[in-house]
Amino acid sequence: MAQAIPAGQKWWSGGKSPFNVEYGKLMMWYFLMSDAFTFGAFLISYGTIRFSSNSWPDPNEVFRAFPLMGGLHLPLVFVSLMTFILIMSSVTMVLAVAAGHAGDQKKVTFYMILTIIGGLMFLGCQAWEWTHLHGEGAWWGRNPFPNINGSKASTNFTNFFFTITGFHGFHVFSGVVINCIMLIKNLRGDFARRGHYLMIEKAGLYWHFVDLVWVFVFTCFYLL
Amino acid sequence: MSNVDTTTSHGHDNAHAQFDTRPIWRTFWILLGITMVELLLATIHLKTGFPPKYVLNGVYLILTCAKAFYIIAEFMHLRHEIKNMIMTIAVPALLFVWFVIAFVSDGNSYRELRNRYDKYQLEQNDKKVAPEGGERETPAVKPGSPE
Repeated sequence: MAQAIPAGQKWWSGGKSPFNVEYGKLMMWYFLMSDAFTFGAFLISYGTIRFSSNSWPDPNEVFRAFPLMGGLHLPLVFVSLMTFILIMSSVTMVLAVAAGHAGDQKKVTFYMILTIIGGLMFLGCQAWEWTHLHGEGAWWGRNPFPNINGSKASTNFTNFFFTITGFHGFHVFSGVVINCIMLIKNLRGDFARRGHYLMIEKAGLYWHFVDLVWVFVFTCFYLL
Repeated sequence: MSNVDTTTSHGHDNAHAQFDTRPIWRTFWILLGITMVELLLATIHLKTGFPPKYVLNGVYLILTCAKAFYIIAEFMHLRHEIKNMIMTIAVPALLFVWFVIAFVSDGNSYRELRNRYDKYQLEQNDKKVAPEGGERETPAVKPGSPE
């Protein structure tokens, strides 16, 4: 990470990585690039379809519920909570990486556990939201919500919503699994024996990417 | 995994081993702040109808890109890598500029053409439906619309 780089370092003269990162980390970056284009393709096709429609359901009408609040009209509140949870778990992940740099095995364990809890909380929120929307009659292929101007909406809205948040939720799930594996490896002392915590960094990159995608999903589905 | 000599330091390197956590928290507050601003704007718009939606959408997109920048630069630490590395990520990501503009304008053009040549589709947009009940059974795809 923040290495001391001598002035006038010749990166391309051979014998060292010209990118000054470890191989696995570089490959994680390139994997995330390709994953970004996958999500980009999803969100941009959503944008294309939305621009090609004369009207579209109003997110403030669709996403207005909050657990245990009954029929209260609370637009954006629940999704704000989900966003906060994900940002928070991203912070604990960076703190785990930071602890790894300091070689502090206990702290890494602590922050990894917090990150995993954050991920599970987010998944729980998403499960609640899906269940709620399914209860209202929304699913792939059916859309109970009218357009914002009161006309009948196509199923494009629900199809895109469930596909994209589902794909993102699956990424969160796999991120939680990866973080659990990292936690177990850390508890076994694998990283301490190895002398570095680069695996935590790589898992961290993936986890931040999940957060990054959520930023765009949040904007595209709930704000725009 | 063992050939970590490609990087100039390990976790054991004492000179920079102590990771500064202040920028992490600063980034967290920035991200939280931007999200709060977005929510505040959305709430004001819901209550008063001001600012207009298209202005707000532009603001949302700018704020979203700002958040993305902070996550990538600070949390993913890309800003602190060397320039060669940053460029291999940043330059391909520029494709998104074309990607978004091309496809969104394509959708927009499709809507305009269809409204001009398929009046039935335009009329459907003016028909109101009852807000509750019954409509779930009717086929969602309108006849005449290709999707």
